[in-house]
Amino acid sequence: MSDVLSMTGAPAKEPAHRPAQRGAPPPLEVRDLVLRFGEAAVLDGLSLTLGPRGCTMIMGPNGAGKSLLLKLLHGLLPPTSGRIDWGGHTAPAMTARQALVFQKPVLLRRSVAANIDFVLKARRKDPARRDGLLAHVGLAHKAGQPARLLSGGEAQRLALARALATDPDVLLLDEPTASLDPASVLAIEGIVAQARDRGVRIIFVTHDVGQARRMADDVVFLHRGRVSAHSPAHDFFPEPACDAARAYLDGRIVV
Amino acid sequence: MQSIIDALGLAFALVFSADADLLEIVLLSLRVSLTAAAVACVIGLPIGALVAIGRFRGRNAVLIVMNALMGLPPVVVGLLVYLHLSRSGPLGFLGLLYTPTAMIIAQTILIAPIVAALSRQVLEDLHAEYAEQFRSLCLTRIQTVRALIWDARYSLLTVGLAGFGRAVAEVGAVIIVGGNIDHMTRVMTTAIALETSRGDLALALALGIILLVISLGVNAAVQSVRMTAARQAYV
Amino acid sequence: MPRPTLGPAVAAALLFAGSAMAQDQSIIIQSTTSTANSGLYDYLLPIFQDQTGIKVNVVAVGTGQAIRNAENCDGDVLLVHAKPSEEAFVAAGFGTERTDLMYNDFVIVGPAEDPADVDGMDDVQGALMEIAVNSALFASRGDDSGTHKKEMALWADSGVDPTAASGEWYRETGSGMGATLNAGIGMGAYVMTDRATWISFANKQDYAIKVQGDADMFNQYGVIPVNPEKCPSVNIAAARTFADWLLSGAGQEAIGAYKVADQQLFFPNAPDN
Repeated sequence: MSDVLSMTGAPAKEPAHRPAQRGAPPPLEVRDLVLRFGEAAVLDGLSLTLGPRGCTMIMGPNGAGKSLLLKLLHGLLPPTSGRIDWGGHTAPAMTARQALVFQKPVLLRRSVAANIDFVLKARRKDPARRDGLLAHVGLAHKAGQPARLLSGGEAQRLALARALATDPDVLLLDEPTASLDPASVLAIEGIVAQARDRGVRIIFVTHDVGQARRMADDVVFLHRGRVSAHSPAHDFFPEPACDAARAYLDGRIVV
Repeated sequence: MQSIIDALGLAFALVFSADADLLEIVLLSLRVSLTAAAVACVIGLPIGALVAIGRFRGRNAVLIVMNALMGLPPVVVGLLVYLHLSRSGPLGFLGLLYTPTAMIIAQTILIAPIVAALSRQVLEDLHAEYAEQFRSLCLTRIQTVRALIWDARYSLLTVGLAGFGRAVAEVGAVIIVGGNIDHMTRVMTTAIALETSRGDLALALALGIILLVISLGVNAAVQSVRMTAARQAYV
Repeated sequence: MPRPTLGPAVAAALLFAGSAMAQDQSIIIQSTTSTANSGLYDYLLPIFQDQTGIKVNVVAVGTGQAIRNAENCDGDVLLVHAKPSEEAFVAAGFGTERTDLMYNDFVIVGPAEDPADVDGMDDVQGALMEIAVNSALFASRGDDSGTHKKEMALWADSGVDPTAASGEWYRETGSGMGATLNAGIGMGAYVMTDRATWISFANKQDYAIKVQGDADMFNQYGVIPVNPEKCPSVNIAAARTFADWLLSGAGQEAIGAYKVADQQLFFPNAPDN
């Protein structure tokens, strides 16, 4: 567990903008990240260091900037200032090595199978992998059905299969189980845990304390656009490192 | 009122007599306007898609022009095409004036802006939904456009239908570039114009009713395809 | 004028409709509407095609537009009824020669009510004067057609300038003969029309011929092959064959034989060979 939190320090060379080659998940170094919309600073000087393995749960009250942090790490949004360094690569250069599963999955208006086929073809992956991916997320029997008629849990599993189809080094999840029933939550957690065990780096935003306990190797607690606590899971839950995290875990409102 | 009742009777009589001339006119109408709609889609769809997902300088101006061109008067399009295709015009050597091809060209010009403007709207709405997911998947622009067009195909079918509807109903352009020549370039609308000028209002109206029925048929066919798609949540 | 290119549309349409080219032995007549709307061509052209194998395609527009289209080389033969304009067309080199083909006459039709009380008059200038004096509605083509030119000449003879009352009792439709008749009948206006169009016109309602028989209402049709020196695309051989046939005994006989409601519509008067 120690390497998850190891402080490797900034790499010597400048981040490269060309797309990163696939390989082992890189460590992440975030320095003084600021994201402003007009006057309002959503992220306000956030710094964070993550090792190359494991499952990091990001928690924090609504508006703390969790989802936006994921989009910045994924390269979908440029920060107002500050630096994101994925083992020598910028966030946009890493987009193709990552997959992001959104809270509300955006599925194509096609069959379940075609949703996977589309990604495999677009990303030049082996098309024969489709059936295996669907079986892996328990959707083999729904292959021919319209994706948009799936239940919430099934839709999210399909989104997860699609994310895994891209062979990501890093899997980013933005509250993927919000508003799902317990069985669906456990199914998705199982798939994510298997990915982690295969060496995929997991960064997982959640509000579900139980989920965080089940999944976390380490926990990052965001508050008012900054990291207010970052500790291994076995330390975080018994004794949260800051008052805000304690209040959050106790179910008291954090503003 | 009497003419309308006469016209209904005449329309039935014409249809059930399977009049060869009528059939020829109906088939030419369909051939010209369906072809024009297809060509307009080939031209208009990519333009609509580019404007839908593109962010470039002057995009608003392009939007305004595209939307304004939807209101092109058919007669103006007819004149413009006539001036080009006339023997004394720059494309006169092609010998296309007074042929169905000339009519297809005129109607294509008339409806391509409609297809472009409406498909732009359809694709932009869908893109708003898909854009972030597609960027996350690192799709190229071409892959994005192709996926948008494919996933919007049933809505775009309606767009093509709107183009077809405008084409099959217009008379101003085809009568100038087609010349309303019997057995050659006479279509439903120019036949209606001719019978009106002959004062045979009942026959003109009967032809109008038949045109309406054909239009209904084409619309019903497309609508049923769309409803099947909607049941599959593909719309 | 700036000409936006139609290239892509043309190319695309060609792909989709390659089969649409005209046949070899076919010609286009740029024609006045009366000969087409009265059904004369439907009667004449099959006879001609049987005898010669030449297919004749008719573009029926007003005389003014027919002449302009022919000047653009968009026809092989011109068949209209406005002698001064036709002679100017030939003089400018667009036509080979003009020949009288046939005639009918103009009439003034009006509603049963006859507000200007012109029924039965055979003095057209007098009748027009009555219409003007009574400010009775009069619907004019107003489209530079042969009929319109003739009507303007008759007004000039009668010493009335109807355009001064344009929009009041004098209504210029800017449309073809049939559309003008429909409009005139709709508003209860007198209309000047050629007899052939009137006889075959189906929407007469309570209208009838009120003024006819004046020698000034004579309506001469002429036929002109388009000049291949100006327009190399003209099928001059077929155009001549057609014009010659119309002017021949067989063509003249056929024109005289065409009847609607038992009435002869056109009277052949080609010069004897």
